[in-house]
Amino acid sequence: MSESVPVTINGVVCHVTRGTTMAAAMLLAGQPSRISVTGEPRVALCGMGICFECRAVVNGVAHRRTCMMLCEPGMSVETNL
Amino acid sequence: MTNTEVLVIGAGPAGIMAATAAAENGRRVVVLDDRVTAGGQIWRDATVGPDRHDDAQKKRVLERLRRSGAQLLGSRSVFTAEASGTVKALHESAAGSSVEEIGFEQLILATGARERFLPFPGWTLPGVFGAGGLQAMVRGGFPVAGKRVVVAGTGPLLLAVAAHLAEDGAVVSSVVEQAPMAQLAPFTASLWSQPAKLMQGARFRARLWKTSYRTGCWVVKAIAACDGRQLEAVEVTDGKRIWTESCDLLAYGYHLVPNTEIAQLLGCEFRGSFVRVDEAQRTSLSNVFSAGEPTGIAGLEAALVQGEIAGLACAGRDTTSLQRRAAAARGFADRMDKAFTLRKELRLLPRRNTIVCRCEDVSFNSVRGHTGWTDAKLQTRCGMGPCQGRVCGPAVEYLLGWKPVSVRQPIFPVPMQSFCSQAEAAEINNTTELIEENK
Repeated sequence: MSESVPVTINGVVCHVTRGTTMAAAMLLAGQPSRISVTGEPRVALCGMGICFECRAVVNGVAHRRTCMMLCEPGMSVETNL
Repeated sequence: MTNTEVLVIGAGPAGIMAATAAAENGRRVVVLDDRVTAGGQIWRDATVGPDRHDDAQKKRVLERLRRSGAQLLGSRSVFTAEASGTVKALHESAAGSSVEEIGFEQLILATGARERFLPFPGWTLPGVFGAGGLQAMVRGGFPVAGKRVVVAGTGPLLLAVAAHLAEDGAVVSSVVEQAPMAQLAPFTASLWSQPAKLMQGARFRARLWKTSYRTGCWVVKAIAACDGRQLEAVEVTDGKRIWTESCDLLAYGYHLVPNTEIAQLLGCEFRGSFVRVDEAQRTSLSNVFSAGEPTGIAGLEAALVQGEIAGLACAGRDTTSLQRRAAAARGFADRMDKAFTLRKELRLLPRRNTIVCRCEDVSFNSVRGHTGWTDAKLQTRCGMGPCQGRVCGPAVEYLLGWKPVSVRQPIFPVPMQSFCSQAEAAEINNTTELIEENK
């Protein structure tokens, strides 16, 4: 059976299947990847690193494209405000 | 700095064939891609769950790349390039990012395409995805089983995406194609000459027997659930009446636009929106070649043959034997272009307050009063966010007819440290920490 990976999404520990992208993990957790300049919640649109809607704070680094990275144990992600 | 004879940017079908052909003919080849693995968007692997969409051609082509000796460097996003012979790429991993410089003698641009997104009321709601975008999310572990999905827009990608989503357990209630049946018919009829494509189309339809395929229709609005934060339904029209279809997800896209930022940066000549190439896939710059979608949206077969031609040309080999296949691929592209021409009603989709630039939340009303891109950028910040106009650019070009303005490096956002020496980078880190402390 596929292995589960613990990641922290906006402070809550979630277990996702190995191979899950961080963008998919945030969708599964119901968390927006970023809040737009007028305050709208946004999630990934293009899924291929073009639109930058999925950018979030990963391990403390802002503006990382979460659709381009796989979840690894212990990673932490927060909605980009 | 790494040096190579042939540098290929993009490891989709065109880039893979280009790298393979050049390496098999004795050239030293490096291939860069911003994703971890080769295959591009069309051959994207599922990283979670079974890969139901594996095909023999993909396996064969990837195996040939492995045997060719070409070196694949993944997770590298090229952010600047000079025709004199260097590119810089940001290498990203979970640990962080670093800049790599790569020198080349010949460059092959196989940068693929992206979806065209046209703005309409509600398109920024969570639950609205690109068509290929949703498929990519599913392959990256976002389950759609039991979810109600509407697939909409235009282009051959819609049926493929709908079929794959259905296989993954989604309830695809309808596929909404803006092109009228009369416009699609000559394209569909021409597929009789290509049994493989016809079979694929038949397989897609077989998987979608419960799905209604509506031609000459388009989505005019995405409606939010009462919390205002999630999609609940879409409004669809045939130009005469409007009806509502409830859904959990909308997967939409208006065909494809080429990724040509690097070609623009280098100063390659263009033919319309596409990089101009000769029969050997050579651009107006003698050491720069391009293959696949940047030279015209023509799909998989064209990408494979054009890539092979470019790779052979870099190795100084004759490409005459491939020219017939290349010409056939161009014919297919022309027919596809006609079939999926956008209807003018789509220009009326955005309302006054509909966001056009998602990065900077610029409304249609504040953009349309301006004379062109430069004016709009200066006054509204439209196109000035992290995507650098990759989403709103093609939309505004269709809505208002504005041609894109010049591209500058870095062609996507990179950390300031990428442009600094180590000492300067340390100083920036210190300053950032001070700012954080003072907040």
